[in-house]
Amino acid sequence: MANEPLRLRMPVSEEVLRGLTIGQELLLSGTVVTARDMGHKFLVEAFRPDFADLLQGAFVYHCGPIMVREGEGWRVVSAGPTTSNREEPYQAEVIARYRIAGVIGKGGMGEKTSRALQQHGAVYLHAVGGAGTLLARRVRRVREVRMLQEFGVPEAFWVLEVEDFPVVVTMDARGGSLHREVLAASEARRKELLGL
Amino acid sequence: MDPLVNWALELIRKTSTDLSPDVERWLRRAREEEAEGGTAWNVLDAMIRNVEMSREAGTPICQDTGLTTFFVQVPRGTDPEAIREALQQAIRLATQEGSLRPNSVHPITGKNTGDNLGVDLPHIEFEPSPDDGLVIDLLLKGGGSENTGAQYRLPDAGLKAGRDLEGVYRCVVDAVHHAQGHGCAPGILGVCIGGDRAGGYAGAKRQLLRPLDDTNPDPALAELEERLIRDCNRLGVGPMGFGGRTTVLAVKVGWKHRHPASFFVSIAYSCWADRHRRLEVRNGVGKVF
Repeated sequence: MANEPLRLRMPVSEEVLRGLTIGQELLLSGTVVTARDMGHKFLVEAFRPDFADLLQGAFVYHCGPIMVREGEGWRVVSAGPTTSNREEPYQAEVIARYRIAGVIGKGGMGEKTSRALQQHGAVYLHAVGGAGTLLARRVRRVREVRMLQEFGVPEAFWVLEVEDFPVVVTMDARGGSLHREVLAASEARRKELLGL
Repeated sequence: MDPLVNWALELIRKTSTDLSPDVERWLRRAREEEAEGGTAWNVLDAMIRNVEMSREAGTPICQDTGLTTFFVQVPRGTDPEAIREALQQAIRLATQEGSLRPNSVHPITGKNTGDNLGVDLPHIEFEPSPDDGLVIDLLLKGGGSENTGAQYRLPDAGLKAGRDLEGVYRCVVDAVHHAQGHGCAPGILGVCIGGDRAGGYAGAKRQLLRPLDDTNPDPALAELEERLIRDCNRLGVGPMGFGGRTTVLAVKVGWKHRHPASFFVSIAYSCWADRHRRLEVRNGVGKVF
């Protein structure tokens, strides 16, 4: 499925998001907000009105970056994705309540998230795990950080402006999931190899 | 300052930012296997470019610099506690400068210690050195790959796996299937047959220190390793789980004696960024390999 990456600048309309299909490579520009285990629990435990404007139309990035203080601000040193399936219990609610454009992570997510993507016209984008340096260089600016004291560096909400951030659509708003397809094929091969 | 602190700091930096040449070679080989311009090829290409950029810039290959696990061979007459203190100091410095991400979290409160130190962190396994050299192996293994590790207890009826090498084969194929892309495939697998539950996992992790191009001295295990590489790659999980020819880069199998009643197969899954390096101190001079 070789294809030319599509350049996408946020904010992106729901119509554009609904038009994306699995396998499509993207170069994403705009605001992404990192959130992982503590962040998702925090966003779902109670509705956080002060996060509503920040998250609406933005991508939530499953990432716990390495950050270094530089003067008054911060520099991103390494910032690849973390495994997404840990957020499966929370993700659908985050999508519904905060109206995010979608999620960036790795490893894909389950059926509950897939249904939420369909319902709200959002997508799941996959970044290359372990490509920390390469992805950090696509961060143009660290806009702000929230809950740093409470959560620590990897778990805090980092608001990042990214430019041409390379991702692949692996779960779309039409119910498609590359992960479901690969899993089914792998399961068939597993049974064949083991004679089950 | 203790020169060991400086050498250990160099060990941590190099492990975190400069992937060992054998792993990089295996990634390049895997890229050749995939169709150029396809998603699997692009993913492997991004990994290789990232490795090059990280080495040049001296920045961590992956933001998840993992937990620090050291395997230390201590020469006679050297105080292990002094080594522990030097390693702790080096970790503190490496965290401050951004070579390590602060990854030590209280299990209940979630409070991050901020310096990568804590109860059993770093994890250090000491053993006597066979000569006068101090040898320190460091393994940095991220949380995502650690989560995909697995331990099987044979026999396992569901897998039709008995207490033999065929049973071991079945466990590993099953584990790689269940890992899918979650542990950052293509993975490198350390497998330990036998031991108790704790020793099995520890033994599996130690296998990850083996050079990728070595051959298992036990011919039966060497054959098992080859068979596992071939068949795990038939699962088609592919780089990052996008589908493709390369699901595992290598499989390394070792064993420990076991209790008659127990037959564990323990699997440590390393992401493609299998970060390990060695520091040797001989005649008062430290060198990182």
